Amino acid sequence: MNASNIGHLVQLSFIAGAALFVIGLHLMNSPATARTGNRISATGMVIAIVAELVFVIQGGLGLGNCVLLIGGLAVGGGLGLRMARTVAMTSMPQLVSLFNAVGGAAAALLALNDFIALDGHRVLAGGVPGLDGWRTLFIVADVVIGSVTFTGSLIASAKLMGRIKGQPILIPGGRIFTWLLLVAGLSVSIVMVLAGAGVVTYDSHVLTLLLLAALACALIFGVTMVLPIGGADMPVVISLLNAFTGTAVAMAGFVVGNVVLIVGGALVGASGAILTRLMASAMNRSIANILVGGFGAAEGTQATLTSAGGTVREVSVDDAAIQLAYASKVVIVPGYGLAVAQAQHGVRELADLLEARGIDVSYAIHPVAGRMPGHMNVLLAEANVPYPQLKEMDEINPEFERTDVALVVGANDVTNPAARTDRSSPIFGMPILDVDKARSVIVVKRSMGRGYAGIDNALYVNPKTGMLFADAKRGLQELVAAVKAL
Amino acid sequence: MTTDVLIEDLTVFVLAILLGFEVISRVPATLHTPLMSGTNSIHGIVLVGAIGLAATADDPLTGVLAFVAMAFAGANVVGGYWVTDRMLQMFKRRPTSTDKAVR
Repeated sequence: MNASNIGHLVQLSFIAGAALFVIGLHLMNSPATARTGNRISATGMVIAIVAELVFVIQGGLGLGNCVLLIGGLAVGGGLGLRMARTVAMTSMPQLVSLFNAVGGAAAALLALNDFIALDGHRVLAGGVPGLDGWRTLFIVADVVIGSVTFTGSLIASAKLMGRIKGQPILIPGGRIFTWLLLVAGLSVSIVMVLAGAGVVTYDSHVLTLLLLAALACALIFGVTMVLPIGGADMPVVISLLNAFTGTAVAMAGFVVGNVVLIVGGALVGASGAILTRLMASAMNRSIANILVGGFGAAEGTQATLTSAGGTVREVSVDDAAIQLAYASKVVIVPGYGLAVAQAQHGVRELADLLEARGIDVSYAIHPVAGRMPGHMNVLLAEANVPYPQLKEMDEINPEFERTDVALVVGANDVTNPAARTDRSSPIFGMPILDVDKARSVIVVKRSMGRGYAGIDNALYVNPKTGMLFADAKRGLQELVAAVKAL
Repeated sequence: MTTDVLIEDLTVFVLAILLGFEVISRVPATLHTPLMSGTNSIHGIVLVGAIGLAATADDPLTGVLAFVAMAFAGANVVGGYWVTDRMLQMFKRRPTSTDKAVR
Protein backbone atom coordinates (compact mmCIF):
# COMPACT_ATOMS: atom_id res chain seq x y z
CA MET A 1 0.00 0.00 0.00
CA ASN A 2 1.44 3.38 -0.91
CA ALA A 3 1.66 6.42 1.30
CA SER A 4 -1.28 8.22 -0.23
CA ASN A 5 -3.56 5.21 0.33
CA ILE A 6 -2.49 5.07 3.95
CA GLY A 7 -3.19 8.79 4.22
CA HIS A 8 -6.75 8.23 3.00
CA LEU A 9 -7.27 5.31 5.37
CA VAL A 10 -6.11 7.45 8.26
CA GLN A 11 -8.59 10.17 7.25
CA LEU A 12 -11.38 7.59 7.07
CA SER A 13 -10.44 6.30 10.50
CA PHE A 14 -10.72 9.86 11.85
CA ILE A 15 -14.24 10.09 10.43
CA ALA A 16 -15.09 6.75 12.05
CA GLY A 17 -13.69 7.98 15.37
CA ALA A 18 -15.72 11.19 15.20
CA ALA A 19 -18.88 9.23 14.36
CA LEU A 20 -18.33 6.93 17.35
CA PHE A 21 -18.01 10.00 19.64
CA VAL A 22 -21.43 11.18 18.52
CA ILE A 23 -23.02 7.73 18.86
CA GLY A 24 -21.40 7.24 22.26
CA LEU A 25 -22.68 10.57 23.55
CA HIS A 26 -26.12 9.76 22.24
CA LEU A 27 -26.16 6.47 24.18
CA MET A 28 -25.32 8.40 27.35
CA ASN A 29 -28.95 9.55 27.27
CA SER A 30 -30.13 6.83 29.61
CA PRO A 31 -28.58 5.02 32.58
CA ALA A 32 -29.12 1.65 30.91
CA THR A 33 -26.99 2.39 27.85
CA ALA A 34 -24.62 4.99 29.29
CA ARG A 35 -21.76 2.60 29.98
CA THR A 36 -21.91 1.17 26.46
CA GLY A 37 -21.97 4.72 25.17
CA ASN A 38 -18.80 5.61 27.00
CA ARG A 39 -17.09 2.47 25.69
CA ILE A 40 -18.13 3.26 22.13
CA SER A 41 -16.71 6.73 22.54
CA ALA A 42 -13.49 5.17 23.92
CA THR A 43 -13.35 2.88 20.89
CA GLY A 44 -13.58 5.94 18.64
CA MET A 45 -10.70 7.45 20.58
CA VAL A 46 -8.54 4.32 20.20
CA ILE A 47 -9.25 4.18 16.45
CA ALA A 48 -8.25 7.82 15.99
CA ILE A 49 -5.07 7.42 18.06
CA VAL A 50 -3.99 4.22 16.32
CA ALA A 51 -4.64 5.81 12.92
CA GLU A 52 -2.46 8.79 13.80
CA LEU A 53 0.27 6.48 15.13
CA VAL A 54 0.21 4.49 11.87
CA PHE A 55 0.40 7.72 9.93
CA VAL A 56 3.46 9.05 11.76
CA ILE A 57 5.22 5.66 11.81
CA GLN A 58 4.88 5.14 8.05
CA GLY A 59 6.27 8.66 7.60
CA GLY A 60 9.42 7.52 9.39
CA LEU A 61 10.30 8.22 13.01
CA GLY A 62 13.62 9.20 14.56
CA LEU A 63 14.72 7.55 17.79
CA GLY A 64 14.23 10.78 19.74
CA ASN A 65 10.67 11.11 18.46
CA CYS A 66 9.92 7.51 19.46
CA VAL A 67 11.14 8.27 22.97
CA LEU A 68 8.95 11.39 23.10
CA LEU A 69 5.90 9.43 21.94
CA ILE A 70 6.28 6.42 24.19
CA GLY A 71 7.70 8.30 27.17
CA GLY A 72 5.07 11.05 27.12
CA LEU A 73 2.22 8.62 26.73
CA ALA A 74 3.53 6.28 29.45
CA VAL A 75 4.05 9.07 31.97
CA GLY A 76 0.74 10.85 31.27
CA GLY A 77 -1.34 7.73 30.75
CA GLY A 78 0.10 6.10 33.86
CA LEU A 79 -0.62 9.12 36.05
CA GLY A 80 -4.11 9.50 34.58
CA LEU A 81 -4.88 5.85 35.15
CA ARG A 82 -3.64 5.96 38.73
CA MET A 83 -5.76 8.99 39.55
CA ALA A 84 -8.82 7.51 37.86
CA ARG A 85 -8.52 4.23 39.77
CA THR A 86 -7.91 5.71 43.19
CA VAL A 87 -10.09 8.82 43.24
CA ALA A 88 -13.00 8.74 45.67
CA MET A 89 -16.35 9.37 44.03
CA THR A 90 -16.75 12.42 46.24
CA SER A 91 -13.66 13.91 44.60
CA MET A 92 -14.92 13.51 41.03
CA PRO A 93 -15.38 17.23 40.36
CA GLN A 94 -11.78 18.10 41.13
CA LEU A 95 -10.53 15.25 38.93
CA VAL A 96 -12.68 16.45 36.03
CA SER A 97 -11.26 19.90 36.65
CA LEU A 98 -7.73 18.53 36.58
CA PHE A 99 -8.37 16.77 33.25
CA ASN A 100 -9.75 20.08 31.92
CA ALA A 101 -6.51 21.74 32.95
CA VAL A 102 -4.23 19.26 31.18
CA GLY A 103 -6.46 19.05 28.09
CA GLY A 104 -6.52 22.83 27.75
CA ALA A 105 -2.77 23.07 28.28
CA ALA A 106 -2.06 20.38 25.66
CA ALA A 107 -4.21 22.28 23.14
CA ALA A 108 -2.39 25.54 23.88
CA LEU A 109 0.98 23.80 23.48
CA LEU A 110 0.00 22.62 19.98
CA ALA A 111 -0.63 26.20 18.88
CA LEU A 112 2.53 27.50 20.56
CA ASN A 113 4.56 24.90 18.74
CA ASP A 114 2.90 25.76 15.45
CA PHE A 115 3.81 29.39 15.93
CA ILE A 116 7.42 28.49 16.75
CA ALA A 117 7.64 26.26 13.66
CA LEU A 118 6.41 29.04 11.40
CA ASP A 119 8.71 31.55 13.03
CA GLY A 120 11.66 29.32 12.23
CA HIS A 121 11.26 30.18 8.56
CA ARG A 122 10.91 33.86 9.13
CA VAL A 123 12.24 36.30 6.57
CA LEU A 124 14.18 39.39 7.55
CA ALA A 125 11.75 41.64 5.71
CA GLY A 126 9.44 41.26 8.67
CA GLY A 127 6.24 39.36 9.18
CA VAL A 128 5.96 35.61 9.33
CA PRO A 129 5.15 33.81 6.08
CA GLY A 130 2.26 31.42 6.30
CA LEU A 131 0.79 33.30 9.22
CA ASP A 132 -2.32 34.65 7.56
CA GLY A 133 -5.19 36.26 9.43
CA TRP A 134 -7.33 33.14 9.95
CA ARG A 135 -4.41 31.00 11.01
CA THR A 136 -3.29 33.66 13.50
CA LEU A 137 -6.83 33.88 14.82
CA PHE A 138 -6.91 30.13 15.52
CA ILE A 139 -3.42 30.11 17.05
CA VAL A 140 -4.14 33.05 19.34
CA ALA A 141 -7.60 31.76 20.30
CA ASP A 142 -6.14 28.33 21.09
CA VAL A 143 -3.30 29.74 23.21
CA VAL A 144 -5.55 32.17 25.08
CA ILE A 145 -8.49 29.83 25.75
CA GLY A 146 -6.24 26.88 26.56
CA SER A 147 -4.20 28.92 29.03
CA VAL A 148 -7.21 30.41 30.80
CA THR A 149 -8.57 26.88 31.14
CA PHE A 150 -5.27 25.58 32.47
CA THR A 151 -4.81 27.97 35.38
CA GLY A 152 -8.55 28.43 35.98
CA SER A 153 -9.09 24.68 36.28
CA LEU A 154 -6.10 24.24 38.58
CA ILE A 155 -7.51 26.91 40.91
CA ALA A 156 -11.01 25.37 40.75
CA SER A 157 -9.55 21.98 41.56
CA ALA A 158 -7.46 23.34 44.43
CA LYS A 159 -10.51 25.07 45.85
CA LEU A 160 -12.54 21.87 45.84
CA MET A 161 -9.67 19.90 47.36
CA GLY A 162 -9.48 22.48 50.13
CA ARG A 163 -5.92 23.46 49.22
CA ILE A 164 -7.25 26.98 48.72
CA LYS A 165 -10.15 28.10 50.85
CA GLY A 166 -13.51 27.68 49.20
CA GLN A 167 -14.88 31.06 50.20
CA PRO A 168 -14.61 33.81 47.64
CA ILE A 169 -11.14 35.32 47.82
CA LEU A 170 -11.27 39.03 47.20
CA ILE A 171 -8.17 41.09 46.63
CA PRO A 172 -8.67 44.86 46.78
CA GLY A 173 -8.73 46.12 43.22
CA GLY A 174 -8.73 42.52 42.02
CA ARG A 175 -11.79 42.93 39.88
CA ILE A 176 -10.36 45.94 38.06
CA PHE A 177 -7.12 44.02 37.54
CA THR A 178 -9.08 41.11 36.02
CA TRP A 179 -10.88 43.45 33.63
CA LEU A 180 -7.59 45.10 32.67
CA LEU A 181 -6.10 41.68 31.93
CA LEU A 182 -9.10 40.81 29.78
CA VAL A 183 -8.86 44.06 27.83
CA ALA A 184 -5.08 43.77 27.45
CA GLY A 185 -5.23 40.13 26.35
CA LEU A 186 -7.97 40.84 23.80
CA SER A 187 -6.19 43.91 22.44
CA VAL A 188 -2.95 42.03 21.96
CA SER A 189 -4.86 39.19 20.27
CA ILE A 190 -6.60 41.57 17.88
CA VAL A 191 -3.31 43.26 16.97
CA MET A 192 -1.82 39.84 16.26
CA VAL A 193 -4.69 38.81 14.02
CA LEU A 194 -4.41 42.11 12.12
CA ALA A 195 -0.69 41.51 11.71
CA GLY A 196 -1.36 37.99 10.46
CA ALA A 197 -3.86 39.35 7.94
CA GLY A 198 -1.26 41.82 6.71
CA VAL A 199 -3.18 44.92 7.82
CA VAL A 200 -0.28 45.98 9.99
CA THR A 201 3.32 44.82 9.68
CA TYR A 202 5.48 43.72 12.56
CA ASP A 203 8.83 42.07 12.83
CA SER A 204 8.50 38.41 13.81
CA HIS A 205 10.27 39.15 17.12
CA VAL A 206 7.52 41.60 17.97
CA LEU A 207 4.90 39.00 17.03
CA THR A 208 6.56 36.48 19.34
CA LEU A 209 6.55 38.99 22.16
CA LEU A 210 2.88 39.77 21.50
CA LEU A 211 1.97 36.09 21.66
CA LEU A 212 3.88 35.70 24.93
CA ALA A 213 2.05 38.75 26.30
CA ALA A 214 -1.32 37.23 25.35
CA LEU A 215 -0.20 33.95 26.95
CA ALA A 216 0.79 35.70 30.19
CA CYS A 217 -2.47 37.70 30.34
CA ALA A 218 -4.47 34.50 29.81
CA LEU A 219 -2.61 32.51 32.47
CA ILE A 220 -3.06 35.24 35.10
CA PHE A 221 -6.63 35.89 34.00
CA GLY A 222 -7.49 32.23 34.66
CA VAL A 223 -6.35 32.65 38.26
CA THR A 224 -8.00 35.99 38.95
CA MET A 225 -11.22 34.88 37.28
CA VAL A 226 -11.74 31.80 39.46
CA LEU A 227 -10.28 32.96 42.80
CA PRO A 228 -13.16 35.29 43.72
CA ILE A 229 -15.81 32.68 42.93
CA GLY A 230 -17.26 30.78 45.90
CA GLY A 231 -17.17 27.02 46.24
CA ALA A 232 -20.93 26.71 45.74
CA ASP A 233 -20.56 28.02 42.21
CA MET A 234 -17.57 25.85 41.38
CA PRO A 235 -19.56 23.16 39.47
CA VAL A 236 -20.79 25.81 37.06
CA VAL A 237 -17.25 27.09 36.66
CA ILE A 238 -15.87 23.59 36.01
CA SER A 239 -18.55 22.97 33.43
CA LEU A 240 -17.73 26.28 31.76
CA LEU A 241 -14.04 25.39 31.74
CA ASN A 242 -14.93 22.01 30.23
CA ALA A 243 -16.58 23.90 27.36
CA PHE A 244 -13.49 26.12 27.13
CA THR A 245 -11.20 23.09 26.81
CA GLY A 246 -13.39 21.71 24.05
CA THR A 247 -13.22 25.02 22.21
CA ALA A 248 -9.44 25.20 22.64
CA VAL A 249 -9.11 21.68 21.22
CA ALA A 250 -11.30 22.62 18.23
CA MET A 251 -9.05 25.65 17.64
CA ALA A 252 -6.03 23.33 17.83
CA GLY A 253 -7.75 21.22 15.16
CA PHE A 254 -7.85 24.24 12.83
CA VAL A 255 -4.19 25.01 13.58
CA VAL A 256 -2.82 21.53 12.91
CA GLY A 257 -5.41 20.84 10.21
CA ASN A 258 -7.04 17.82 11.80
CA VAL A 259 -10.77 17.29 11.40
CA VAL A 260 -11.19 14.84 14.28
CA LEU A 261 -9.86 17.46 16.72
CA ILE A 262 -12.34 19.96 15.33
CA VAL A 263 -15.28 17.56 15.71
CA GLY A 264 -14.32 16.32 19.19
CA GLY A 265 -13.59 19.81 20.45
CA ALA A 266 -16.79 21.28 19.03
CA LEU A 267 -18.91 18.47 20.55
CA VAL A 268 -17.41 19.15 23.98
CA GLY A 269 -17.71 22.90 23.55
CA ALA A 270 -21.42 22.57 22.72
CA SER A 271 -22.20 20.09 25.51
CA GLY A 272 -20.25 22.08 28.07
CA ALA A 273 -22.16 25.22 27.14
CA ILE A 274 -25.49 23.45 27.59
CA LEU A 275 -24.52 21.87 30.90
CA THR A 276 -23.28 25.20 32.18
CA ARG A 277 -26.56 26.88 31.33
CA LEU A 278 -28.58 24.05 32.91
CA MET A 279 -26.57 24.22 36.11
CA ALA A 280 -26.71 27.98 36.35
CA SER A 281 -30.47 27.97 35.84
CA ALA A 282 -30.87 25.29 38.52
CA MET A 283 -29.33 27.80 40.89
CA ASN A 284 -31.32 30.65 39.37
CA ARG A 285 -28.16 32.55 38.55
CA SER A 286 -26.86 33.84 35.28
CA ILE A 287 -23.41 32.75 34.18
CA ALA A 288 -22.34 36.39 34.04
CA ASN A 289 -23.54 36.84 37.61
CA ILE A 290 -21.45 33.89 38.76
CA LEU A 291 -18.34 35.09 36.97
CA VAL A 292 -18.68 38.58 38.37
CA GLY A 293 -18.59 37.31 41.92
CA GLY A 294 -19.53 34.42 44.12
CA PHE A 295 -21.97 34.14 46.98
CA GLY A 296 -21.19 36.58 49.76
CA ALA A 297 -18.80 38.40 47.49
CA ALA A 298 -21.25 41.23 47.03
CA GLU A 299 -20.81 43.01 50.34
CA GLY A 300 -23.83 44.20 52.26
CA THR A 301 -26.21 41.51 51.03
CA GLN A 302 -25.51 39.18 53.94
CA ALA A 303 -28.84 37.80 55.14
CA THR A 304 -30.42 39.52 58.07
CA LEU A 305 -31.29 36.22 59.74
CA THR A 306 -28.84 34.96 62.32
CA SER A 307 -28.69 31.84 64.44
CA ALA A 308 -30.19 33.90 67.23
CA GLY A 309 -33.28 34.51 65.08
CA GLY A 310 -35.18 31.63 66.71
CA THR A 311 -34.77 28.71 69.01
CA VAL A 312 -33.27 25.47 67.85
CA ARG A 313 -34.95 22.27 68.98
CA GLU A 314 -32.62 19.36 69.49
CA VAL A 315 -33.89 15.84 69.04
CA SER A 316 -32.38 12.64 70.46
CA VAL A 317 -31.53 9.62 68.35
CA ASP A 318 -34.28 7.53 69.96
CA ASP A 319 -36.95 10.15 69.39
CA ALA A 320 -35.87 10.56 65.78
CA ALA A 321 -35.95 6.77 65.30
CA ILE A 322 -39.51 6.56 66.64
CA GLN A 323 -40.62 9.42 64.42
CA LEU A 324 -39.17 7.65 61.38
CA ALA A 325 -40.36 4.16 62.25
CA TYR A 326 -43.99 5.20 62.70
CA ALA A 327 -44.19 7.39 59.63
CA SER A 328 -45.88 6.19 56.48
CA LYS A 329 -43.95 8.38 54.06
CA VAL A 330 -40.33 9.41 54.52
CA VAL A 331 -38.30 11.57 52.14
CA ILE A 332 -34.53 11.57 52.54
CA VAL A 333 -32.73 14.74 51.45
CA PRO A 334 -29.05 13.95 50.99
CA GLY A 335 -26.44 16.65 50.53
CA TYR A 336 -22.72 16.94 50.12
CA GLY A 337 -22.17 16.50 53.87
CA LEU A 338 -23.45 12.95 53.47
CA ALA A 339 -20.88 12.23 50.82
CA VAL A 340 -18.03 13.81 52.76
CA ALA A 341 -18.86 11.63 55.76
CA GLN A 342 -19.05 8.57 53.45
CA ALA A 343 -22.52 7.95 54.83
CA GLN A 344 -24.18 6.78 51.58
CA HIS A 345 -24.19 3.19 52.77
CA GLY A 346 -25.64 4.12 56.16
CA VAL A 347 -28.45 6.02 54.54
CA ARG A 348 -29.32 3.06 52.35
CA GLU A 349 -29.30 0.72 55.32
CA LEU A 350 -31.72 3.00 57.14
CA ALA A 351 -33.92 3.26 54.05
CA ASP A 352 -33.99 -0.55 53.71
CA LEU A 353 -35.02 -0.93 57.35
CA LEU A 354 -37.82 1.60 56.95
CA GLU A 355 -38.98 -0.02 53.72
CA ALA A 356 -39.09 -3.37 55.47
CA ARG A 357 -41.56 -1.78 57.88
CA GLY A 358 -43.76 -0.89 54.91
CA ILE A 359 -42.79 2.78 54.85
CA ASP A 360 -42.70 4.58 51.55
CA VAL A 361 -39.11 5.90 51.19
CA SER A 362 -37.75 8.12 48.47
CA TYR A 363 -34.80 10.44 47.99
CA ALA A 364 -35.12 14.08 47.01
CA ILE A 365 -32.25 15.08 44.77
CA HIS A 366 -31.63 18.76 44.21
CA PRO A 367 -30.16 19.44 40.75
CA VAL A 368 -26.96 20.75 42.31
CA ALA A 369 -26.79 18.37 45.29
CA GLY A 370 -23.23 17.27 45.79
CA ARG A 371 -20.71 19.27 43.88
CA MET A 372 -21.92 18.79 40.32
CA PRO A 373 -25.31 18.14 38.76
CA GLY A 374 -25.99 14.45 39.05
CA HIS A 375 -23.13 14.02 41.51
CA MET A 376 -25.46 12.86 44.29
CA ASN A 377 -26.96 10.27 41.94
CA VAL A 378 -23.49 8.85 41.38
CA LEU A 379 -22.76 8.74 45.10
CA LEU A 380 -26.05 7.01 45.90
CA ALA A 381 -25.62 4.61 42.99
CA GLU A 382 -22.28 3.71 44.54
CA ALA A 383 -24.21 2.67 47.66
CA ASN A 384 -26.59 0.59 45.54
CA VAL A 385 -29.59 2.83 46.00
CA PRO A 386 -32.07 1.94 43.25
CA TYR A 387 -32.29 4.86 40.87
CA PRO A 388 -36.10 4.79 40.51
CA GLN A 389 -36.19 5.89 44.19
CA LEU A 390 -34.25 9.04 43.37
CA LYS A 391 -36.74 11.82 42.73
CA GLU A 392 -35.77 15.05 41.10
CA MET A 393 -36.78 18.38 42.57
CA ASP A 394 -39.83 19.11 40.42
CA GLU A 395 -41.15 15.61 40.99
CA ILE A 396 -40.69 15.51 44.76
CA ASN A 397 -41.65 19.07 45.78
CA PRO A 398 -45.43 18.51 45.53
CA GLU A 399 -45.02 15.36 47.65
CA PHE A 400 -43.54 17.09 50.70
CA GLU A 401 -47.02 18.13 51.94
CA ARG A 402 -47.92 14.44 52.19
CA THR A 403 -44.60 13.53 53.80
CA ASP A 404 -44.51 12.61 57.48
CA VAL A 405 -40.82 12.99 57.99
CA ALA A 406 -38.24 14.70 55.82
CA LEU A 407 -34.78 13.50 56.85
CA VAL A 408 -32.14 16.02 55.80
CA VAL A 409 -28.62 14.59 55.87
CA GLY A 410 -25.76 16.96 55.16
CA ALA A 411 -27.79 19.27 52.92
CA ASN A 412 -28.07 22.92 53.78
CA ASP A 413 -28.47 25.72 51.24
CA VAL A 414 -30.76 23.70 48.95
CA THR A 415 -33.30 23.44 51.78
CA ASN A 416 -33.19 27.07 52.91
CA PRO A 417 -36.69 28.59 52.71
CA ALA A 418 -35.08 32.02 52.59
CA ALA A 419 -34.59 31.34 48.89
CA ARG A 420 -38.40 31.54 48.54
CA THR A 421 -39.23 34.25 51.04
CA ASP A 422 -36.34 36.54 51.90
CA ARG A 423 -35.60 39.03 49.15
CA SER A 424 -32.43 40.21 50.88
CA SER A 425 -30.94 36.72 50.94
CA PRO A 426 -28.09 36.11 48.48
CA ILE A 427 -29.74 32.87 47.45
CA PHE A 428 -33.19 34.43 46.91
CA GLY A 429 -34.82 32.89 43.86
CA MET A 430 -32.74 29.73 43.83
CA PRO A 431 -35.07 26.75 43.40
CA ILE A 432 -35.02 24.72 46.61
CA LEU A 433 -36.48 21.52 47.97
CA ASP A 434 -39.62 22.47 49.93
CA VAL A 435 -38.54 20.47 52.97
CA ASP A 436 -40.27 22.90 55.34
CA LYS A 437 -43.66 21.80 53.92
CA ALA A 438 -43.28 18.30 55.33
CA ARG A 439 -45.22 17.50 58.54
CA SER A 440 -41.95 17.19 60.43
CA VAL A 441 -38.27 17.56 59.64
CA ILE A 442 -35.20 15.90 61.10
CA VAL A 443 -31.85 17.45 60.24
CA VAL A 444 -28.71 15.40 60.80
CA LYS A 445 -25.89 17.91 61.00
CA ARG A 446 -22.63 18.29 62.85
CA SER A 447 -23.21 21.80 64.13
CA MET A 448 -25.13 24.96 63.43
CA GLY A 449 -22.38 25.87 60.96
CA ARG A 450 -23.28 27.53 57.72
CA GLY A 451 -23.39 25.89 54.32
CA TYR A 452 -21.34 26.72 51.26
CA ALA A 453 -23.22 29.91 50.61
CA GLY A 454 -22.16 31.09 54.08
CA ILE A 455 -25.65 32.05 55.22
CA ASP A 456 -27.96 30.88 57.99
CA ASN A 457 -30.77 28.45 57.32
CA ALA A 458 -34.25 29.41 58.55
CA LEU A 459 -35.26 25.75 58.37
CA TYR A 460 -33.24 24.99 61.52
CA VAL A 461 -35.29 27.33 63.69
CA ASN A 462 -38.63 26.11 62.30
CA PRO A 463 -40.74 24.65 65.17
CA LYS A 464 -41.36 21.51 63.05
CA THR A 465 -37.64 20.84 62.82
CA GLY A 466 -35.64 18.65 65.16
CA MET A 467 -31.88 18.91 64.97
CA LEU A 468 -29.87 15.72 65.43
CA PHE A 469 -26.34 16.93 66.02
CA ALA A 470 -23.96 14.26 64.78
CA ASP A 471 -21.55 13.42 62.02
CA ALA A 472 -23.67 12.09 59.15
CA LYS A 473 -22.14 8.63 59.22
CA ARG A 474 -22.26 8.11 62.98
CA GLY A 475 -25.70 9.72 63.24
CA LEU A 476 -27.11 7.31 60.65
CA GLN A 477 -25.49 4.29 62.27
CA GLU A 478 -27.09 5.27 65.57
CA LEU A 479 -30.44 5.79 63.86
CA VAL A 480 -30.17 2.34 62.24
CA ALA A 481 -29.40 0.75 65.58
CA ALA A 482 -32.26 2.61 67.27
CA VAL A 483 -34.79 1.65 64.57
CA LYS A 484 -33.66 -1.99 64.80
CA ALA A 485 -34.19 -1.93 68.55
CA LEU A 486 -37.81 -0.79 68.22
CA MET B 1 -4.22 28.29 5.25
CA THR B 2 -6.01 28.04 1.89
CA THR B 3 -9.57 29.23 1.59
CA ASP B 4 -10.77 25.77 0.54
CA VAL B 5 -9.35 24.12 3.64
CA LEU B 6 -10.66 26.92 5.82
CA ILE B 7 -14.19 26.58 4.49
CA GLU B 8 -14.15 22.79 4.84
CA ASP B 9 -12.92 23.05 8.42
CA LEU B 10 -15.43 25.75 9.33
CA THR B 11 -18.25 23.63 7.87
CA VAL B 12 -17.25 20.67 9.99
CA PHE B 13 -16.88 22.91 13.06
CA VAL B 14 -20.32 24.49 12.77
CA LEU B 15 -22.07 21.19 12.06
CA ALA B 16 -20.31 19.50 14.98
CA ILE B 17 -21.43 22.26 17.35
CA LEU B 18 -25.05 21.90 16.22
CA LEU B 19 -24.79 18.13 16.52
CA GLY B 20 -23.37 18.54 20.04
CA PHE B 21 -26.31 20.69 21.12
CA GLU B 22 -28.79 18.26 19.59
CA VAL B 23 -27.34 15.04 20.98
CA ILE B 24 -26.63 16.35 24.44
CA SER B 25 -29.61 18.49 25.34
CA ARG B 26 -31.66 15.32 25.86
CA VAL B 27 -29.56 13.84 28.66
CA PRO B 28 -31.38 13.61 32.03
CA ALA B 29 -29.92 15.41 35.07
CA THR B 30 -29.10 12.05 36.67
CA LEU B 31 -26.38 11.54 34.10
CA HIS B 32 -24.95 15.03 34.05
CA THR B 33 -21.89 14.15 36.09
CA PRO B 34 -20.98 11.08 34.01
CA LEU B 35 -21.73 13.14 30.91
CA MET B 36 -19.40 15.91 32.00
CA SER B 37 -16.76 13.30 32.68
CA GLY B 38 -17.45 11.57 29.34
CA THR B 39 -17.20 14.75 27.28
CA ASN B 40 -14.15 15.57 29.34
CA SER B 41 -12.45 12.44 28.00
CA ILE B 42 -13.47 13.29 24.43
CA HIS B 43 -11.42 16.48 24.50
CA GLY B 44 -8.51 14.15 25.11
CA ILE B 45 -8.61 13.78 21.30
CA VAL B 46 -6.01 16.53 21.47
CA LEU B 47 -3.66 13.56 21.94
CA VAL B 48 -3.88 12.97 18.19
CA GLY B 49 -2.45 16.44 17.66
CA ALA B 50 0.19 15.83 20.32
CA ILE B 51 1.31 12.64 18.52
CA GLY B 52 1.77 14.64 15.32
CA LEU B 53 3.82 17.14 17.29
CA ALA B 54 5.97 14.50 19.01
CA ALA B 55 6.66 12.84 15.65
CA THR B 56 8.01 16.03 14.08
CA ALA B 57 9.77 17.69 17.03
CA ASP B 58 13.40 18.28 15.98
CA ASP B 59 14.88 20.65 18.55
CA PRO B 60 14.98 20.71 22.37
CA LEU B 61 12.28 23.37 22.74
CA THR B 62 9.66 21.65 20.59
CA GLY B 63 10.77 18.35 22.15
CA VAL B 64 9.85 19.60 25.60
CA LEU B 65 6.57 21.07 24.33
CA ALA B 66 5.76 17.76 22.63
CA PHE B 67 6.58 15.68 25.69
CA VAL B 68 4.42 17.80 27.99
CA ALA B 69 1.58 17.84 25.45
CA MET B 70 1.77 14.02 25.09
CA ALA B 71 1.76 13.49 28.85
CA PHE B 72 -1.09 15.95 29.49
CA ALA B 73 -3.27 14.65 26.67
CA GLY B 74 -2.47 11.03 27.60
CA ALA B 75 -3.59 11.63 31.19
CA ASN B 76 -6.76 13.26 29.87
CA VAL B 77 -7.66 10.31 27.63
CA VAL B 78 -6.74 7.35 29.84
CA GLY B 79 -7.90 8.87 33.14
CA GLY B 80 -11.05 10.37 31.65
CA TYR B 81 -12.41 7.20 30.09
CA TRP B 82 -11.42 5.02 33.01
CA VAL B 83 -13.10 7.15 35.65
CA THR B 84 -16.26 7.59 33.55
CA ASP B 85 -16.51 3.83 33.18
CA ARG B 86 -15.99 3.40 36.93
CA MET B 87 -18.83 5.77 37.58
CA LEU B 88 -21.22 4.27 35.06
CA GLN B 89 -20.57 0.74 36.21
CA MET B 90 -22.33 1.70 39.44
CA PHE B 91 -25.35 2.88 37.54
CA LYS B 92 -25.51 -0.32 35.60
CA ARG B 93 -25.74 -2.66 38.55
CA ARG B 94 -29.47 -3.25 38.86
CA PRO B 95 -30.24 -2.44 42.47
CA THR B 96 -31.30 -5.35 44.64
CA SER B 97 -33.90 -3.58 46.75
CA THR B 98 -36.23 -2.83 43.82
CA ASP B 99 -37.17 -6.50 44.14
CA LYS B 100 -39.02 -5.53 47.27
CA ALA B 101 -41.56 -3.70 45.15
CA VAL B 102 -42.73 -7.14 44.06
CA ARG B 103 -43.44 -8.28 47.60
